[in-house]
Amino acid sequence: MRLLFGTLFGLAIAAAVGLGLTYYALAHGTSFGGLEIESWTAWPKTGTVDADPYARASISRTGRLPTAMGDGVSFSLKSDDDGKALDGRCEVVVAGITPVARFWTLTLYNADGGLVANSTNRYGFTSQEIVRRSDGSFEVVVAPRANSGNWLPTGGVDRYELVLRLYDTAVGVSTKAGREVPMPDVTTRGCP
Amino acid sequence: MIRWLLLILGGALLGGIVHLASVIILPRTATQDAYARLAPVAPVNSVVALPAPTPEKAVMPFMDPAFASAICLYDLSQGPVKLTVPVSPAYTSVSFYTRNNVAYYAINDRAAGRRVIELDLMTTAQHDQVPEDEEVTAADRLIVESPTPTGIIAIRAMAPEPGLMRVAQSTVAASKCTTQVEPARPQRK
Repeated sequence: MRLLFGTLFGLAIAAAVGLGLTYYALAHGTSFGGLEIESWTAWPKTGTVDADPYARASISRTGRLPTAMGDGVSFSLKSDDDGKALDGRCEVVVAGITPVARFWTLTLYNADGGLVANSTNRYGFTSQEIVRRSDGSFEVVVAPRANSGNWLPTGGVDRYELVLRLYDTAVGVSTKAGREVPMPDVTTRGCP
Repeated sequence: MIRWLLLILGGALLGGIVHLASVIILPRTATQDAYARLAPVAPVNSVVALPAPTPEKAVMPFMDPAFASAICLYDLSQGPVKLTVPVSPAYTSVSFYTRNNVAYYAINDRAAGRRVIELDLMTTAQHDQVPEDEEVTAADRLIVESPTPTGIIAIRAMAPEPGLMRVAQSTVAASKCTTQVEPARPQRK
């Protein structure tokens, strides 16, 4: 009897620890070989056959198709440069320049990877649509209320994620953070 | 007391194995992966244009709204698949994914270097059967080897401005993905 209870106890711990770790790892998007530049993170390897088991599991669980190497690289952003989680009720400014790419797009998604409804049907910007300063840099205001210039509406959601996709770019698996890969700065300007 | 500590330690170690096993098995058991989402809307070996993602509805999460996209779920068991994609004025790319949604190859319009991206998708075994001299005469023929007999081809054309979405949509809609039934050919040396 003691042996049976002991075995069951051990197995219960094994199941709880094992599945708990798996859930935690996938919910937090843990994967190896992330390319971190300022607050932005990309996983160039996830778009290749060398994708690690965590990346594969996460791809299958979310149901997305990763951006393939040779097509482009996608950088995601969940918090600003001070580490504060992106909040759709605040005014967040994304300003600066991007690494060299033939085209890029900046898109806002909710936590499930869906687009966020708004009155202007704007879900992102492309490198061609964006209004730039004379030096080529740009400033996007991500805010719930209308703004002049490049306004990306948040629809007032609590949490969101910005994804910057570079298409036809040299940025990839061998890229190191540095001067060749400048990413835009992200600052929260004001919260109600 | 020691007995229970040992049980907890043993359980935790076993838990590590359970964790690794579940991570590795997950892609094979996922019921809502990209392939499962696409299978109901796309017949095998034909190009199907995907509706643009909207806040209410999107076929897959994290789709880029600046792109018109189409997919071809392929099955190479009947023979290689020939893919033809016209190139849009802005940016066009073709990405290949295995049955488990892992990207193994991608090419864009500039890398293809012509007005139409044309390639043959086949398994390694089918590639080995292509007569060598034919491969030489068709040197400009692009051959891609698929690691799995089934998988997904994603064809995407960019609309850099909303007004160009029509052009991008017609580009992906004009793509073709067809099975080539191979005539039995004597192997030449």
